[in-house]
Amino acid sequence: MSGFLALLWSFFQVGLFSFGGGYAALMLIKEQVVTIHHWLSMTQFTDIITISQMTPGPIAINSATFVGIQVKGLPGALIATLGCILPSCIIVILLAYLYDKYKELPILKAILSGLRPAVVALIATAGMAMLMTAFYGSEAIVPKSWLSIDWIAVFLFGGSILALRKWRLDPIIVMIASGIIGAVLYLL
Amino acid sequence: MDQQPFTYRKLFTSTFFLSAFTFGGGYVIVPLMRKKFVEQLQWIDEEEMMDMVAISQSAPGAMAVNTSIMTGYRLAGIKGVLVSVTGTVLPPLLILSLISYFYIAFRENAVIGAVMKGMQAGVAAVIVDVVINMGQNVVKEKDILSDLLMIAVFLITYLLEVNVAVMIAFAAIIGVVRFYYEKRKAA
Repeated sequence: MSGFLALLWSFFQVGLFSFGGGYAALMLIKEQVVTIHHWLSMTQFTDIITISQMTPGPIAINSATFVGIQVKGLPGALIATLGCILPSCIIVILLAYLYDKYKELPILKAILSGLRPAVVALIATAGMAMLMTAFYGSEAIVPKSWLSIDWIAVFLFGGSILALRKWRLDPIIVMIASGIIGAVLYLL
Repeated sequence: MDQQPFTYRKLFTSTFFLSAFTFGGGYVIVPLMRKKFVEQLQWIDEEEMMDMVAISQSAPGAMAVNTSIMTGYRLAGIKGVLVSVTGTVLPPLLILSLISYFYIAFRENAVIGAVMKGMQAGVAAVIVDVVINMGQNVVKEKDILSDLLMIAVFLITYLLEVNVAVMIAFAAIIGVVRFYYEKRKAA
């Protein structure tokens, strides 16, 4: 198979079978990229995960771009990314269409009434994991030592909450400010 | 703040900047999207946003991409999807392209590392802020079952690390069971 087609098909499968978020996609990506096609070594793959955690964007798109460039340059990155989002596009547009058409159906309303509180809970879980990572450097539920808390992160978190809830600043401005003030404090 | 008129340019810049600041992936994009599309632009109402998140979660693929497709479709059909998906995919595509040419230098840069670390606390604050707002909306409905479901799902996913797809299915079943129970009670 030509390089482009292999890239498209590999990442199409990653996009199609990754249910349940980034960490679920991880194993699929490793299988395609390291085990089947040998596009990356395991070390390069680990690096990609590390980079993904430091940069914005979904891990699947990040690795599609990275692998695409290694294999076929920038066009390869575009093709791999396209493959990755194509299944989502097809399935989600179908679901969006059905939601638009049938959202007044009682049974759909019933399902969604159960999902709404669950969604809040899932976001709260992600929030807790982020908070633990910021305060203790790992998302473990119980940190190795409660005293090892990162006081700079606590200060940044407190300031950000104040800025968001009391002064109603834009979240993006709050995040940038937190990054810049944090960098100054950490590097001092 | 009043509702802002819809434009493709605004849709593109909104999804582009949301995506550019979504560190950590997954659910992090949801609070940001809600803040932008529900509170600031007022293009989508609260309840609809939550439905859209729930539906996005039930499809495969990255959460950020799925919610962006859902939002684009809701606002401007297929053309909206093209605009919002391009906006969402471009930042990681550009950033990773750049990084992959000199990624070792990037990885070991102390200043970049410190900025990223500082941003973590800010991102956590944004999520906590939105969880408080969304949680208040659920509590306001004065529906004990919803409150219990919210707390239970949080404890189960956070402490027991149960798969998200399982929890979504569980919550959907609870919703359906309640629907039939209330129907029978009314009959």
